[in-house]
Amino acid sequence: MASGKEIRTKIGSIKNTQKITSAMEMVAASKMRRAQERMETGKPYAQRIRAVVGHIANGNPEYHHLYLKEREVKRVGYIVVSTDRGLCGGLNINLFKAVVRHSKEWADKGVQTDLCLIGAKSAAFFKSVGGNIVAKVRDIGEQPTITDLIGSVKVMLDAFADGKIDKLYIVGNEFVNTMTQSPSVEQLLPLQAGSDEKLKHAWDYLYEPEARDLLDGLMVRYIESQVYQAVVENGACEQAARMIAMKSATDNAGDLIDGLQLVYNKARQAAITQELSEIVSGAAAV
Amino acid sequence: MALTIHCDIVSAEKEIFSGLVELLVAAGAEGDVGIGYGHAPLLTSLKPGPVRLKKQNGDEEIYYVSGGYLEVQPHAVTVLADTALREGDMDEAAAEEARKQAEDALKNQGEGMDYSAAAARLAEAAAQLRTLQQIRKRTR
Repeated sequence: MASGKEIRTKIGSIKNTQKITSAMEMVAASKMRRAQERMETGKPYAQRIRAVVGHIANGNPEYHHLYLKEREVKRVGYIVVSTDRGLCGGLNINLFKAVVRHSKEWADKGVQTDLCLIGAKSAAFFKSVGGNIVAKVRDIGEQPTITDLIGSVKVMLDAFADGKIDKLYIVGNEFVNTMTQSPSVEQLLPLQAGSDEKLKHAWDYLYEPEARDLLDGLMVRYIESQVYQAVVENGACEQAARMIAMKSATDNAGDLIDGLQLVYNKARQAAITQELSEIVSGAAAV
Repeated sequence: MALTIHCDIVSAEKEIFSGLVELLVAAGAEGDVGIGYGHAPLLTSLKPGPVRLKKQNGDEEIYYVSGGYLEVQPHAVTVLADTALREGDMDEAAAEEARKQAEDALKNQGEGMDYSAAAARLAEAAAQLRTLQQIRKRTR
């Protein structure tokens, strides 16, 4: 059995770790509130623009935008939104698993994949796993701006326009609630029609100005907003996941300390009992 | 009672307005557009300028929009604004200041002056002032 002193130093070191994890938990909790606010404020715009684009995809426009055309799939692209830092439980690895599973389905049909990676963790993962990385951004921080993201997203959009990829997905964590975040893979391009039955008949918009200019602008705005929203949502997920991970680490450290304290007390009592019996037996011998 | 149409105004930051309106007037790329019940599907980009709503009970509300898109569907109209301001959030003095600065920048064109950026700033400031004038006219 370990001696009393050894156990005491061990308890001390675990207590220090516990202090660190509980501090990180509190930091994550306060950051999560801000990240969640950022996510909520951007949501209405992202939803509405998605609805508008869904309507366009449903219509019979005079000008068929490139992003609306379904093509035979020879190569697919993924924009993977991950975190920059670790210590957030299984958040990233669950996401990467979803990507790998999804791209494997395509690979079985003989379709190759291109990856655009946002966040340092995805860069590290896909470097070791393998995958054709065409663009990456890292260190986007807690207040991402569209300008930070647009460069690498443009790479993917250009690839789509040039016919290098025929489908583009965006992969990111979805914020269900503080306890749950689930990875989601959504098709960004070509645009999918909304499910509004009322719009199934043939119709078209009046366009002001020309349809071509208007749709070009609107599509770019749409993609930007969707990617931005995914990044912001992933940020909220990161803080929530970190908070939960740090909370359970703090709890585990507490359990460990309790267990060690018990062992320490037993060892101490055994030592006292032993000393007493030695004294008593010594006195009896005299 | 006049027929109404559902209207949503959202900016990149938040939802500004959502509800039923009788009429919506906005500054479209090719002139002002007025949208009422039964308007044909329309898609247009917006210039910086005021968006005027006539609500069900006859009240009017005016918002400032710095550009964006307007979509009309048979059952709803959506304004996707780059930035939108409520009337209470606008600052006349600041808008006037911004207009002066933009005008000065256009007058004293130096090396590497970004003409289009300055012109865009001027248009935005002028549009904000125009919106404020409309609001004042209505309250009088």
